[in-house]
Amino acid sequence: MIEAIQEWFRHLYETTGFNFTVFYDPYDWDRYVAGLRTTLLLAVATILASLVIGAVGALLQSGPSRLLRGLVNGFVVVFRNTPPLVQIFFFYFGLGTLLPDLRTADGLRVPILTNVQWAIVSLSLFAGAFNVEIFRSGIEAVPKTTIEAAEALGYTRLKAYRHIVLPLALRVCLPALNNNLINLLKTTTLAYAIAVPETLYAVKQIWSESQNVLEMMLVLLATYAVLVGVLVWIMHRWERALRIPGYGR
Amino acid sequence: MTRATPDGPSAPAWTPDHPIVRLRDVRKSFGTFEVLKGISLDVAKGEVVCIIGPSGSGKSTLIRCINALVPVSGGSITVEGIEVTDPKLDKLALRRKVGMVFQQYNLFPHKTALQNVMMAPLHVLGQDKREVEGRARALLAKVRLAGKEDAYPGELSGGQQQRVAIARSLAMRPDVMLFDEVTAALDPETVKEVLVTIRELAEEGMTCMLVTHEMNFARDVADHIYFTDRGVIVEHGAPATFFASARDERTRRFLSQVL
Repeated sequence: MIEAIQEWFRHLYETTGFNFTVFYDPYDWDRYVAGLRTTLLLAVATILASLVIGAVGALLQSGPSRLLRGLVNGFVVVFRNTPPLVQIFFFYFGLGTLLPDLRTADGLRVPILTNVQWAIVSLSLFAGAFNVEIFRSGIEAVPKTTIEAAEALGYTRLKAYRHIVLPLALRVCLPALNNNLINLLKTTTLAYAIAVPETLYAVKQIWSESQNVLEMMLVLLATYAVLVGVLVWIMHRWERALRIPGYGR
Repeated sequence: MTRATPDGPSAPAWTPDHPIVRLRDVRKSFGTFEVLKGISLDVAKGEVVCIIGPSGSGKSTLIRCINALVPVSGGSITVEGIEVTDPKLDKLALRRKVGMVFQQYNLFPHKTALQNVMMAPLHVLGQDKREVEGRARALLAKVRLAGKEDAYPGELSGGQQQRVAIARSLAMRPDVMLFDEVTAALDPETVKEVLVTIRELAEEGMTCMLVTHEMNFARDVADHIYFTDRGVIVEHGAPATFFASARDERTRRFLSQVL
C-alpha cells in the first residue's frame, strides 16, 4: 500500500515534474511527520494552557481584589496590543538570555527553557489574553440572579464560579472561543522564528533541499486546512455536547 | 455522646421570647435613597409571616437582608442567634439555616431538576452523593414533580420550575424559608400549585417569611401580616383583625385596591 503510494508519486514526478518528495522519500516524510508532531504538541499545550489562563484571568477580573483586577487588565492590554511574533522574540531572546543556564551531568550548559517551551509559554499567554476577554463576555451574560441563587444556597464565589458561572459562560462564549483557538493553532507557525521544528519549519527545510517550493506549499496549506478542520469538528462536538435542552432557543 | 431526643440539650429552645428571626431598627439605603427606615419584627419558630405592601415599599430588600444578600446600613438582624450584620458573619452558617426562593426561580439552567436539588448539598456541604440523591428524589416527589427528575429547567413550566426551586432550597434543610414574590412571575393557573406547596410546608411547621401580593393566600396561611409602605411597617397583626379592621388610612387604601 505504502509502496504503491510512493511509486505513484515518483511516477507523478517523472511524468509531470510535480515533485512531492515528502510522499516517496522516507527521509523527507520523517521530517514532515516530526514537524507535524511538534505542531500538535504546540497546539494542544497552548490551547489547554490558554483556556486555563482565560478562565482564571476572568475569575480574577471579576473578583474583589483591586490589585488582581489591575494585574489581569494590564496582562490583557500588554498581550493583546503587541504582535505575537514580537512576544515570542521577547521571551526567547529577551527573557531567555537573562535566565541562568542549567548544567547537565556532563557539564553542558543548557537553557532552563528550550525554544519549544518558550514558544508554548509565549503563545499560551498571547491566546490566554484573548481568552480572558472572551470568558468575560460569557460571564457577563450569566444573569446576576442565577449567581444570587447560588449565593443564597451557601456557595462561595469560587464554588459558584466553578459549578455555575463558568459552565454557563462557556456555553455563551464558545463560538468566540472557537475563533480564537483556530487562530492560535495557525499562530503556532510563528514558533518557526525561534527555530522550533514545527510543520512550517520542517516543510521549509524540505523545499529548500529538494527544490519543490510549490509542491511543499500545497502540502503545507492542506496540512493546516485539515488541522483546523479537525479542531473545528472537535469544538462543534463540544458545543453540541454542552447544549442544554430547552435553554436559550 | 448520646442524645435522648432530637431536642436534646444541644438544640436551642425557641420560645416566644427567643424568636428565630429578630429584626431591630433595620435600615438600608441605596445611595441617598433610604429604602428601609427602621424595621423591627420578630418571627417565632413555626410561624408564617407575610409581608405585603405597594411596589417599591422595600419588601424584597427587607427579605434579602435576612440572608445577607443585601448588606444593611444600620440596625441588627439575628437568625437563630447568628448576628447577620456582623462584619465577620459566617455566611455559610447563615445560609444553611435560611432557604430562599426567588420570583424568577433562578434555577441552574444547565442542570436537570434532580441535579438542581442535589447541587448545594454536594458542593456546599460535601454530603454523601447517594444519600443526597435519595433525599432529592423524595423532595421532588414532595413538591409533586416525581417523574420530572431528568427534565431541564427550560423544559418545565414556570410553576414546575418554582417547585424545583423550593425543593432545591429544602435540600439544605433550612430552619427558615424566605419567599420573595414567588408567584409574581407565574401564570394564574400555575400560581395555585406553588401556593399549595408552600401551604404544606407551613402546615409541617416550617418557619416561613413571604413577600406576596396574594392577599387571599396571606389571609389563609399567615399567622401574622406586616404591611409596609415607604420603608416602614405601617400596620401589622393577625390576618383576621388585619384584613377586617385596618386602622391606618394607607393600609385601607392599599387593601381596597388589591382585594
